[in-house]
Amino acid sequence: MYNFEYRKPASIDEAKAAITGAEDGKLMAGGMTLIPTLKQRLAQPSDLVDLGGIGDLAGIRREGNALVIGAMTRHAAVAASAEVKAAIPALAALADGIGDPAVRNRGTIGGSIANNDPAADYPSAVVALGATVITTKRSIAADDFFTGMFETALDEDEIVTAVSFPIPERAAYSKFPNPASRYAIVGVFVAKTAGGVRVAVTGAGPCVFRVPEYEAALASNFSADAIADGVVSEDGLNSDIHAGADYRAHLVTVMARRAVAAA
Amino acid sequence: MTDQGIGARVLRKEDFRFVRGRGKYTDDIVLPNQTWAAIVRSPHAHATINGIDASAALAMPGVVRVLTAADFAAFGGLPCGWLVTGKNQTPMVEPKHPILAEGRVRHVGDPVAVVIAENRIAARDAAEAVEVDYSELPAVVDMRKATAAGSPTVHDEAAGNLCYDWELGDKAVVDAAFAGAAHVTTLELVNNRLVPNAMEPRAAIGDYDNSTGEHTLYTSSQNPHVIRLLMGAFVLQIPEHKLRVYAPDVGGGFGSKIYHYAEEAIVTVAAKLLERPVKWTSDRSEAFISDAHGRDHITRVELAMDANGKFLGLREFTLANMGAYLSTFAPSIPTYLHATLLAGQYTTPVIYSEVKAVFTNTVPVDAYRGAGRPEATYLLERVIDKAAKEMGMSPVDIRRKNFIQPDQFPYQTPVALVYDTGNYEATLSTALKAADWDGFEARRAAAAREGKLRGIGICCYIEACGIAPSNVAGALGARAGLYECATVRVNPTGSVQVMTGSHSHGQGHETTFAQVVAEKLGIDIGQVDIVHGDTNKIPFGMGTYGSRSLAVGGAALVNALDKVISKGRKIAAHLMEASADDVVFENGIFKVAGTDKEVPFGAVALTAYVPHNYPLEELEPGLEETAFYDPKNFTFPAGTYVCEVEIDPATGVTRIVSFHASDDFGNVINPMIVEGQVHGGLVQGIGQALLENASYSEDGQLLSGSYMDYCMPRADDVPSFTVDHQVTACTHNPLGVKGCGEAGAIGSPPAVINAIVDALKDYGISHIDMPATPAKIWHIINAGSVAQAAE
Amino acid sequence: MPNVSMTVNGKAVSGTVEARTLLVEFLREQLRLTGTHVGCDTSQCGACVVHVNGDSVKSCTMLAVQAEGASVTTIEGLAKGDELHPMQAAFRENHGLQCGFCTPGMIMSAVDLAKKNPDPSETEIREWLEGNICRCTGYHNIVKSIRAGAEAMRG
Repeated sequence: MYNFEYRKPASIDEAKAAITGAEDGKLMAGGMTLIPTLKQRLAQPSDLVDLGGIGDLAGIRREGNALVIGAMTRHAAVAASAEVKAAIPALAALADGIGDPAVRNRGTIGGSIANNDPAADYPSAVVALGATVITTKRSIAADDFFTGMFETALDEDEIVTAVSFPIPERAAYSKFPNPASRYAIVGVFVAKTAGGVRVAVTGAGPCVFRVPEYEAALASNFSADAIADGVVSEDGLNSDIHAGADYRAHLVTVMARRAVAAA
Repeated sequence: MTDQGIGARVLRKEDFRFVRGRGKYTDDIVLPNQTWAAIVRSPHAHATINGIDASAALAMPGVVRVLTAADFAAFGGLPCGWLVTGKNQTPMVEPKHPILAEGRVRHVGDPVAVVIAENRIAARDAAEAVEVDYSELPAVVDMRKATAAGSPTVHDEAAGNLCYDWELGDKAVVDAAFAGAAHVTTLELVNNRLVPNAMEPRAAIGDYDNSTGEHTLYTSSQNPHVIRLLMGAFVLQIPEHKLRVYAPDVGGGFGSKIYHYAEEAIVTVAAKLLERPVKWTSDRSEAFISDAHGRDHITRVELAMDANGKFLGLREFTLANMGAYLSTFAPSIPTYLHATLLAGQYTTPVIYSEVKAVFTNTVPVDAYRGAGRPEATYLLERVIDKAAKEMGMSPVDIRRKNFIQPDQFPYQTPVALVYDTGNYEATLSTALKAADWDGFEARRAAAAREGKLRGIGICCYIEACGIAPSNVAGALGARAGLYECATVRVNPTGSVQVMTGSHSHGQGHETTFAQVVAEKLGIDIGQVDIVHGDTNKIPFGMGTYGSRSLAVGGAALVNALDKVISKGRKIAAHLMEASADDVVFENGIFKVAGTDKEVPFGAVALTAYVPHNYPLEELEPGLEETAFYDPKNFTFPAGTYVCEVEIDPATGVTRIVSFHASDDFGNVINPMIVEGQVHGGLVQGIGQALLENASYSEDGQLLSGSYMDYCMPRADDVPSFTVDHQVTACTHNPLGVKGCGEAGAIGSPPAVINAIVDALKDYGISHIDMPATPAKIWHIINAGSVAQAAE
Repeated sequence: MPNVSMTVNGKAVSGTVEARTLLVEFLREQLRLTGTHVGCDTSQCGACVVHVNGDSVKSCTMLAVQAEGASVTTIEGLAKGDELHPMQAAFRENHGLQCGFCTPGMIMSAVDLAKKNPDPSETEIREWLEGNICRCTGYHNIVKSIRAGAEAMRG
C-alpha cells in the first residue's frame, strides 16, 4: 500500500472540506473494497478521508412508506435490523449474504453503492426497489445513479449520506455466488411495488441493469412461470474463468425465477 | 497406559500453544537488527532481461542493498533431488535453476532481484522502483503445444521442451494383451493443476555470526535437514556444522514446503553480505507464483478386459508438466510415485506407462498431497468406472472381480511394487454398507421427484507411503536417502526427550510420538517432549512428506526406544543382581521374571547418570540412544470411498450429500488424529474435483492468482464425513503402521467425479474433467437437454 | 506520522504508525501479538480475525488508525491466564485444529458467532465460516468444535 494522509472528519462539512482540499482524495466508508485495492497498490490516493467518524451517517429509520438507511450503516446492522426485516425482509437477507461476517461488520451500504462494483449485491436492491440515493448535494433516483462499471453519478466531492427505499409489496433477492470470491456471478432482485414490478440484475454485466421484459411479464403474472427463457441475451455480459456469458445469461433466468418464487 | 498409549484418542499436546495464539511461526520471529527482503519478480512468462536499474530503489529511504544474479554468480543453481532416466537410458534434461534469473525469465514470478531494507514496507516500496528492462519472448503454457513442432522453447537445451520420455513396463507384452482382449475401454483426462495453499505463507530468515562463521536459516520447511544438505552442500558450499536450519511451527505444507526454494538461499547469502539478519515473508499473491504447484497431467488411458470384465492389461500415456524449472523432487512424481501405483487394488497382469515430462512457462510443479498417486488413482478409478458401464457391469462388481485377494499377499504387481498386506474386500464391504449403496436407487428416484440429479460414486484406492528402501530408490535416481532418525534422551529423573527427523506441520507428532514413548516406556506423556525441526538438536532427518512420519520416523523411534530398554535391562539386572536375560520390562517396571524383584524405570534412569552402583566395566553411563531406520518396503494403505452427490440441473451446482471413507492404515496410534488427517485430505480432494484450478492464460499469466479466483474449499462447500478404519497391520515395520496423511486426497477425486458422471448418466457423457464446476455441468445438461429435445 | 491509541486485550496501548499501517501490522509488529496471522492479501482467509468493539473484523482490512479509541481483543486476550476460553477448549477437545495457523481467526470468528447465535446449527456454522479458510481439517472437526464451544458458552 502506498502511504497517504489520513483524515477523519467528525462531520459532513469537515468531510466535504477534506475531500475538496485534497489533491487526489478518496473517501473511505467501511473500506472493505478500498483497503484491499490499496493493498494491491492499484490506487494511490493522496488523502484518505475516513467517514467512520461521522456519527449521524449511520442508522435505520422509517419515514412514511420508506426505509431510510444511513450511508455508514454496516451490512450486519441492516441484516439484523428488526425494522428492515419487517419492512423489506429481502433487503435484510441481501445484507446478510454480502461477503462474510467480518466483512459485514465493517462494510457499509454507502460504500458499496458508491463503489458500484459490477458484482456487488446492493446496487440490485437500490435499482429494483426504486430507491433514492441522498447525497450531500441532491437526491438521485436509482435509475440515474449507477452509470457504468465502478462508475456512478456522484461528483468527486459528493458524499452519499443515505439511501431511501420505498417499501415494496413483495421483494426477494437471489444470488449465484462466484465459488471463489463469493461475489455475485449473477444476482437478481425482484420487487413488486405499488408502481409496478422492477427487476434488477447485478454481477452479470458491467453494471447493474433492469430487465423490462421480465417486469412487463411479472406485472401481469407475478409468478416464476412468467420468466421466459432466453430474454436476457449473452451479448455484453461478463465472461471469466468461472462463468461464460452464456452461462450468466442462463443464470439470470434461473435467479429471476427463484427470486420471484421467494418474494 | 491404554489411556495414553497406542490406540488412545489423546488430545494434542501442541494445542495448548496454538489455541492461545502462542505458536511460533517463522514470521513471528524477529531478530535484533533485522532487515527485510522483498523480491522483484517477473511479470512476464518468458522474456530476456536486458538490464536492471536499481538506482531509484537504492535512493529510497531505508533501502540497504539490491541484489541481482551477479551477486549469486559464485553459487550453483537450485539442485534437483531425483534423476529420472528415460527410454534408451537417456537421462533427463536438467537445466540450471538459478537463484535469481540469469538474463532470462521463464515464468511469471521468476525472481529477478532482491531489495533489502530496514523494514518490510520500505523493501516493498523500493522493489517497485527497481526497473527491469525486459524483451518479451513467446511463451508456452499448454503441454500439447509445448511438445508440438514450432513451439517456443523454455530451455535451449531441452528440444521440444522435453525433460524426459520415460516408460515402465514392456510395451510389446502389454500390446499383445490388448490384441487379445474382448473389450478395451479408453479415456482421455486431465488431472488439473493445483496450488497447495498451506495457510501459512512461506517465510525465511537468514542470520550470520561472523565471529564463528555460523549461519542460521529459519524457514517454513517440512524437512530442515534436507534443506541444510541441499543448500549447504550443493548451492552455497556451507559445511553442515556451520549451518543451522530451524523450521519452527510450520502452518501446513502438503508438499509445498518440502523443496529448497531460492528465497532460502537468498536470505542466507544476504545475511552474510550485510552481517545483519534478513527476513522474507511471502504474501499470498506471491505464494501463488512462487510456491511449487501440484498435479497437471494430461493422460490417455486404456484398459483391456476379457468378456467377463477381468482386467487383462492397462496402458497409459501421460504428459506431465514440470513448469519452468525442475523443483526438488519434480521428476520422480509422475514416474516412480505414479506409474508404480497403476495396479491399484487389482490383479491387472501387465501394465505399461509412458510419461513425457514437459517444460512450460509456468511455475514449477512438484509433489502436492499424494504426489503422483492421486493422478494414478484418478485415471485408474475413472477408466474402471467407464469400463463397467461399457461392459454393463456394476462399478462394485467389476472392482470386486479384479481385487487382489487376501491370500495373495505378498503380492508382486507388474509395476515394481510388492504389496505386503491388505484386505480390499473389508474396506469395500464396510464402505458400501455405511453408504447404503444398495438403497441408492430409491434415493435417486426421490431426488428426481424433487427435480434433482443424484449420483453415487466409488473409488478403491491404494497408496504407497514411505518411499523405500534407500538403495532401491537410489538405483532409480533418488539423490538422497529415505531413512529416518530418532534419538531418545532419557534424562536422570526419567523424563524423555525425543529428537526426531520427522517434522510436524499439523500432523500432531508432539502427541502421537509421545504416545509411542508412553506405550513403550510406561511413562506419562507429560514426561515426554518431542523435539523436531532443528538441525542443531537432531542428529539427522529426511523430514515429513509422503505420509512417512510414523511408518519411517516412528519406526526409528521404536528402534531407539528398544535400545534404551535393552540398556535399561542391563542396568536393572545389575541393580537386582540378576542376569539381564531374566529381566523383563513391563509397564515401566523392570522385573526379574518369576520373582518379586523389580526396579522402576525412573530408578534405572537415575542410576545411568549417577552410576555409583553401576557395571562401569561393561556399560557406559548415560541413557540416550539413536536409531536410523531404513524401511524395507513402502507401506500400502488402501480403502474404499463412496460419494453421493446431488446436482441442481438448473444451475449445475453439485452438492455432496454424503461421503464415507473406509480406510486401512494398519495400526492406528491416535484415531482422533487419523480421522482429522482423513477429513483434511478428503476436502483437498473434493476441492480438486469440484473447485480448484490453477488457470493460466495462453501468454502465461496466472488467472487464478488469488483467493478471488482460486477457489479454496470453504466450510459450506463440504459436508461432514463418516469414516472408519479396517486394519491389516503392515508386516515390515515395528509399529505395523502404514500412514494416513494423503489417502483422503488420493481417493476422493475419483469418487466425486464417478458420482457426478453417474448423476449425469442420462445426458450422454462418459467423463467430465476436474474441476467439475457448475458452469461445466450446466453446459453438459444444457447440451443434453437440447439433444433430447431434438430427438 | 499519526499516533494511535486503543485498548488491546484490556490494556491501553499507543504507538506511532504510518497512516497505511494495517491493524494486523500494528498488532503483530508493534505490540508483538503474533497470534493474529496473515494468510492472504485479499481479505478472504480470516486468519487475522480479531474483535473490535466486540465484533469480528479482519485486521488485515482495517487501518490501525481506524481503531483509534477502540477496544480490540486478539486470540491472546481470550484465555484467563491458563484457563482456556470455552471455545479454545472446545477446539482442543474436538481436534478442531492441525497446523494451528488459521486457528486464532477461526476461534475469534466462532466466539462472535456464539455470542450472536448461541445455538448455531451445522449449516449456520458452515455459512458463518465463509470468511475463514482452513486447509488442514476439512472443517469437519471445526464445526464440531464450534457446536461444543457454543454449548459451553451457553453454560
